[in-house]
Amino acid sequence: MFQEVIHTVKSPYRDDMHILGYRFGRGSKAACIVGPTRGNEIQQLYICSQLIKELSRIEKTGAILNNNEILVIPTLNQFSINVEKRFWAMDKTDINRMFPGDMEGETTEQIAANVFEAVKGFSYGIQFISFHTPGEFIPHVRMMETGFQSVSLANLFGLPYVLTKKAHPFDKGTLNYNWQMNGTNAFSVYSPETATIDEKSARQAVSAVLRFLTRMGIIKYNCHSGYIASIVEEESLMSIRTDVSGIYRPLRHPGDEVKFGEILAEVVDPIEGEVISQIIAPSDGIIFFAHSKPLVIQNCIVYKLIRRLHE
Amino acid sequence: MIKTVVSVGLPVLETMHIKKNRLTPKSPKASEKRFCVITGIHGDELEGQYICYELIRRIEEKIELLSGTVDVYPCVNPLGMESITRRVPTFDLDMNRSFPGDLEGDMSEHAAAKIVDDIAGADFCLDLHASNIFLREIPQVRLLKEHQEKLMKYAKLLNTEFVWVHPSPTIQPASLYHSLNSIGVPTLAVEMGVGMRITKQFGDQIIEGIFALMKELGIWEGEVIQPKDPIISTAKDRVTLLHANASGIFLPSVEHWKGIKKGDEVGKIVNSLTGTIEQTITAPNDGMVFTLREYPVVYGGSLIARILEGEA
Repeated sequence: MFQEVIHTVKSPYRDDMHILGYRFGRGSKAACIVGPTRGNEIQQLYICSQLIKELSRIEKTGAILNNNEILVIPTLNQFSINVEKRFWAMDKTDINRMFPGDMEGETTEQIAANVFEAVKGFSYGIQFISFHTPGEFIPHVRMMETGFQSVSLANLFGLPYVLTKKAHPFDKGTLNYNWQMNGTNAFSVYSPETATIDEKSARQAVSAVLRFLTRMGIIKYNCHSGYIASIVEEESLMSIRTDVSGIYRPLRHPGDEVKFGEILAEVVDPIEGEVISQIIAPSDGIIFFAHSKPLVIQNCIVYKLIRRLHE
Repeated sequence: MIKTVVSVGLPVLETMHIKKNRLTPKSPKASEKRFCVITGIHGDELEGQYICYELIRRIEEKIELLSGTVDVYPCVNPLGMESITRRVPTFDLDMNRSFPGDLEGDMSEHAAAKIVDDIAGADFCLDLHASNIFLREIPQVRLLKEHQEKLMKYAKLLNTEFVWVHPSPTIQPASLYHSLNSIGVPTLAVEMGVGMRITKQFGDQIIEGIFALMKELGIWEGEVIQPKDPIISTAKDRVTLLHANASGIFLPSVEHWKGIKKGDEVGKIVNSLTGTIEQTITAPNDGMVFTLREYPVVYGGSLIARILEGEA
C-alpha cells in the first residue's frame, strides 16, 4: 500500500486539508473507490476505513491479482467532518455537485478537478455516498442512466437491489455521472445509515465491494455470493407522504414487506400526544426508503415503496 | 392588501406563511397589467427588503398614479431569513433550484409551485437577489442570451450600470427566473450588494429603475428618471475572474465599483499569525471592479474580484 496526497487545501489557521489516496497493487487502473464528499457521511467514512484495512491484508497475502491497481480515497472533506457540517464548511457548496471541477475555479471546484484527475481512467469507479434527502435506505447500488450504465455489472456487488435513475440537470455535477461520461463504469453504493455507524451494513458494504473486485478478476477473496439483485427504476418507486406535521412515529422500516392498508407510521400531536394521522400503505410492497427524523413536515415523503414486490 | 400565497404547517405550534402585498389602483378595472417583485429566495439576501419597503411606501404615497396591479413578495423563504440561513432550513435545499416546484412535493417544492402559480399570468416579474455573504456586487441585471432580444429593453430601464448576458447560478434551470420565463412571464433577475446587509444607495438606485420599468409597462403614471445607460456584457471574455492562489485574510486595496488599471493592486492575502503577505493580487487588465470579495477569510480558489474589461 502506498499513501499519497491527491490534493491539498491550505487553510489560514486549521491544518492543511490533505486529500489522501491509498494505492494497492500495481499495473493498469482497475478500480477506484471514493468515500465521503459530505461532512455527515460518517458511515461511508467507516466503510472506507474497513475497506482499506481489508485491502491491506489482502495485498499482504498476495491476493491482488497481477497488473491491477486499486485506489481508495477515503474522504474528500475532513474539513466538514471535523466541524460537523454537511457541506463545505466555508461556503456550503456540495463537492458532489462540482465534478468534473475546474482547476482555476472556486475551492470546491478545484477539489473536484484535482480528485477527478486522479480517479479518471479507472475501469471501475465506486463511490460511497448518502442521498440528499436524509433518511434510511435498503442497501443498494445506484447508477444514473447515461447510456453508459451497466446494470449487469452492478448486479455483481451482490446487494439486494440495483436502482437506476434518470440524470437530472443537477445530477450532472456528480462524480458518478462524470465517471460514466469519461468511460469508467461507475457505481454508487448506498448504506442504510449516514451520520451514525451501523456495523452490520458497513460489513455488508465492504463485502459487496470485495465481492465485486473478485468477480472482476482484480483480487482473490472468498466470500458469500450475495444476492441476485432486483432491478428498480427510481421513477417506479411509490412515494408516500404525510398529510400533517408533528412528531413522527415510524412503525415499519426499510426492507420490511408491507400489505395494502397496513399502518406504516403515525404522526403524534407534539403537545397533546394524540395520534393525529396514520400513514397507510397504499399498495403491497417492500419499503425502499424511510424518513428517519423524529419530526415531520406535512407533504414530506416518509416512505418510498417498491410496489407489488415480495420478500 | 396582504394576501397569503402559501401556508405549510410546521411540527410544533407554528405555520409557515409566505405573504404578498397587492397594490391596486384606486379605481381598478379588470384590464390592468400586473407586475410582480419577489425577493428573499435566499434567506441571507436582504437587499430586497429595503426595496420592497420603499416601493410600497412610494406607491401608497401617490396611489392615484398607480394604473396597474403590483404584487410585492418580500420574503419567500421566511424560515431561512429568520434563521440566517441561505437555503430552506430542515431540508437544506436551495429554493432557487426548486422551481417550478411540485404542489404534491415537500415544503420547498410545494411553496415553489404555489409561488409560480400565483405569479403565472403576470405581465412582468422582477426577482431581486443580493449576492451572498462572500461577494459584494454592483447593481446589475442578469439574463440569459436566449432572452436577450425579448428582455433587453426592460433590463436597460432598471437604472443599473451593468447588464450581464451570461449564464450564472442566478438564472440556471430550476431557478425562478428560468421557470417564469418558461411559462411566458417576462422575468429579470437583479443582483446587488452583499448578503446579510442592506446597501441603501443600491436600493434607491434600483427603486428608480423599477418606477421607470413600471412606467414603460403602463402601470405607473408619475414622473420617472432617465435610467442610466448600462454597459452590456454579452461575452464571457469581457469579464475577468480573479481567484485567490493562497489562503489567508484578504485585505482589499481597491474600492468596489471603481475603475482599475492593469497592474494596479486589487488586494493582498495576508497571514495574520506571521505578519507576512501570502499573495498580492493585481489587475490583469483595465476595467471596472464590479464584484469584490467581502468576506475576508479565503482559501485557494476563493473568488476575489470580477473585472469588466474596458477603460478604467
